[in-house]
Amino acid sequence: MSGTPFVVLSAILFTIGCVGVLTRRNAIVVFMCIELMLNASNLALVTFARVDGNLDGQVAAFFVMVVAAAEVVVGLAIIMTIFRTRRSASVDEASLLKY
Amino acid sequence: MVAFWILSPIMVAAALGLLFARKAVHAALLLAVVMICLSVLYLVQNAPFLFVVQIIVYTGAILMLFLFVLMLVGVDASDSVVETIRGQRLMATVAGLALGLLLVLGIGQVSLGAVTGLSQANADGNVQGLAQLLFSRYVFAFEATSALLITAAIGAMVLAHRERLTPKLTQADRAAQRMRAYAEHGTHPGPLPSPGVYARHNAVDTPALLPDGSPAETSVSRMFTVRGTIRPASASDVRMLTASVGDAATTDQERQGER
Amino acid sequence: MFATLQESVPVVDPSATSGVLSLLWVVVALPALGAAVVLVLGNRRTAAWAPLLGCATVIVSFALSLVCFVALLGRDSAHRQVAQTLWRWMDAGSFKVDMGILYDPLSALFLLLVTGVGALIHIYSVGYMAHDERRARFFGYLNLFVASMLTLVLADNYLVMFLGWEGVGLASYLLIGFWQHKTTAAVAAKKAFVVNRVGDLGMALAIMLAFATFGTVGFSGISAAASHASYATMTALGLLFLLAACGKSAQVPLQSWLLDAMEGPTPVSALIHAATMVTAGVYLVVRSSFIYDYTQAAQTAVVVVGTVTLLWGAVIGCAKDDIKKALAGSTMSQIGYMMLAAGLGPAGYAFAIFHLLTHGFFKANMFLGAGSVMHAMDDDVDMRHYGALAKAVPVTFVTFAMGYLAIIGIPPFAGFWSKDKIIEAALADNLVAGIAALVGAGITAFYMTRVMLMTFGGKRRWLEGVHPHESPAVMTGPLVALGALSALGGLLLLGGWVVDWLAPVVGAEPEGSFGLPAIVVSLIALAVVIVGIVIAWLTVGRHDVPATAPQRVSVVTRAARADLYGDAFNEAMLMRPGDELVNGLLAFDRQVVDNAVMGSGGAFGLMSSSFRRVQTGFVRSYALSLLGGALVVLVALLVVNL
Repeated sequence: MSGTPFVVLSAILFTIGCVGVLTRRNAIVVFMCIELMLNASNLALVTFARVDGNLDGQVAAFFVMVVAAAEVVVGLAIIMTIFRTRRSASVDEASLLKY
Repeated sequence: MVAFWILSPIMVAAALGLLFARKAVHAALLLAVVMICLSVLYLVQNAPFLFVVQIIVYTGAILMLFLFVLMLVGVDASDSVVETIRGQRLMATVAGLALGLLLVLGIGQVSLGAVTGLSQANADGNVQGLAQLLFSRYVFAFEATSALLITAAIGAMVLAHRERLTPKLTQADRAAQRMRAYAEHGTHPGPLPSPGVYARHNAVDTPALLPDGSPAETSVSRMFTVRGTIRPASASDVRMLTASVGDAATTDQERQGER
Repeated sequence: MFATLQESVPVVDPSATSGVLSLLWVVVALPALGAAVVLVLGNRRTAAWAPLLGCATVIVSFALSLVCFVALLGRDSAHRQVAQTLWRWMDAGSFKVDMGILYDPLSALFLLLVTGVGALIHIYSVGYMAHDERRARFFGYLNLFVASMLTLVLADNYLVMFLGWEGVGLASYLLIGFWQHKTTAAVAAKKAFVVNRVGDLGMALAIMLAFATFGTVGFSGISAAASHASYATMTALGLLFLLAACGKSAQVPLQSWLLDAMEGPTPVSALIHAATMVTAGVYLVVRSSFIYDYTQAAQTAVVVVGTVTLLWGAVIGCAKDDIKKALAGSTMSQIGYMMLAAGLGPAGYAFAIFHLLTHGFFKANMFLGAGSVMHAMDDDVDMRHYGALAKAVPVTFVTFAMGYLAIIGIPPFAGFWSKDKIIEAALADNLVAGIAALVGAGITAFYMTRVMLMTFGGKRRWLEGVHPHESPAVMTGPLVALGALSALGGLLLLGGWVVDWLAPVVGAEPEGSFGLPAIVVSLIALAVVIVGIVIAWLTVGRHDVPATAPQRVSVVTRAARADLYGDAFNEAMLMRPGDELVNGLLAFDRQVVDNAVMGSGGAFGLMSSSFRRVQTGFVRSYALSLLGGALVVLVALLVVNL
């Protein structure tokens, strides 16, 4: 089976994740959409690994997962801290840096 | 290939559901679905190690982190349907469609070439192959990401730490508080009865019944009270208890005598 | 008309100086040094000896000029042009100008005139300015003037002459406005300078044109190449130099400053605005004979200017009650005669210079006489307050009468000889110019007689407390000297000496005449003069002069009192449009330019205040922009790679 369908699927998932980041207001859901985008790119990497016949793609996907984990940890801690202060998890609340 | 064509509609549907779900918990669960399907796709593509790691680390750890924070932040929080920023939804949809179109177009123009397959690379086994790469070519990245993980953990601790703003109450303070409460409001100064002493049912949302048949409010979580999902105790239990109160009360010994 | 004389136009071809002529630079250097010392050290430090120093420098310069003149006389007429280069002034690629001296018969005469009359006037000023506390500065300025005028006449190229030209303009400005506290004096000085500037523009343009055409601004270079230049170029040069001459010599159309210049002290009027500076224009035209001889058109223009001005000045002089202004009108008119003669070409150059010399004598004489009268009358200039002064100031009266007889042209006084020759030459060339010159002579006789009658004749019209007395010897001495010169100046024409003397410079006098013998022309001129005297006697001498000027007078008198509307014309044609232009430019600058600048600033402000609305503060809109940018990059990549 060729790798193109997988890559196309990855592109679709990535797009959906993008739209979600732009549209959702709950900070945690936005974060989840970002995770979706990362996962989509992981799929693409694994597909390319199979197509090219070496494991570099899988190693890269592995590293993406590790970094995603670290990112989630810190990001959620930040969201929680903000929530404690502002009592709201909406991304629209932090809008003071405007004209 | 079969797996792909079955799983990809599910994945896309779940992703769209994540996009449109009103409640955050639903979104998290749909994301879990996507991730599990992804792991199966990894398996299909000769990446068993990643299949396992995806399930354990990504779905099992990271998604659970999400759910925990959701619980802390408030599971009830739901986005309103109305968009606050003018034109944002329209522009986002347009941009998203454009992005998707461009990506698919680009992919369509590119030919990936013949699939080499991982039979050669996985000759010693997928895990061994990955390990060989990881500890030779990517060892520096490996060490760096481990440092990153440690830093992230410490960072989370620092961020989540709450400074104690008031001095910690000692045991003596607590005892004094309890006595004062008893003196002023008549609250019981002693400890609460152990769980199960007054329980009449195993369910967590069924309150325990006090000796006079009334339900003990402190025996169910406040959440149930707030939500109004407390189950009433069984009628026979209530009858038996109320029967033992007042004139109609019969002691256990009398009851045993009747029998 | 005379035949064209291109073949006989003399070329300036000087030899090197030798002997005493090598010391010519001292003639200029002494007054310059005197001026520098007095002006740098200042009024207070030099007050005691500045007048003496001023006189001494000019007297020594005169002595040296006399010695050089005698040396030149000793040479034969072919070798009378000498030049000396003092130093290289400008050296810029192909543009080289030397500070050089040219001494030839023309410059010799001028040197004598400037230093001689100048010395006499310096001595006169010692007495005239004796009570002025700024007299040291006065002598510094006078010396500055003499130095500049000498530079002008001794220059061997137009640029050094221009240096002197500007210098005399500066000195004139400083001296007219000497009594700075008087607003009228300051305004008059400014007016003189500004009108002169118009002439200076002509001079500058002419010098540039000369350099562009001939590659040099020296007289020898230009006169050598003059025959090869185009008629149009020569005409342009001639007209531009005429413009310069009009400015400096107060000819129409740049005549409006001369009468106002009488605000300055009387020695200044005598030296600068009668004898020397105002004649610089005539000198320029005569010196540029090698240009004018090649262009009939420019010569005609000079004749026209001279003719118009001689009548203009004469008419103005008739209606002035201020004695100095009447004499100024007379100056304007006489210089008109000189310009008329100079415009006639080789036929008239020598007579123009001759009349210039005699005019220098008698006009300086009359101005100093007027100063003496004013000194006697407590500085009052109004002739309606004079009358019957002949007995009160006898020496002044006699010397003034010498000058009077000279100017109206009574033989054997100097003016008769010079003016007659001009009328002859004018009649021979152009009947209209000749008739105008004759009429001008008549009008001159009329107004000068009027001045004499009002001042020295008739009944006393003195104001309260005025006791006229004769001036001290230091003032009457120069008067006597100049009176003698006015009487005897005609001797210069003896045997046509002055014509032969100037021939190496201006060319030989051509043959040709009016048709009438010279004696007949002289008799006609004399008759016209007598008619003028008689009319003056009838209108002024016989009746009592009213103490205040009558208001119900004829149109001509009213016009003459208003300087023939010269000032009004300038104001309407030049000043008002100039003001409008300036105001318009100012408004343009404020409204268009400033607004454009402020407007562009404002436009940017508006643009930025509309652009900054992009910064909504919402993270999601920023994310949208991010996505937009990423899309652009994607498109670019796809377009390039596919």
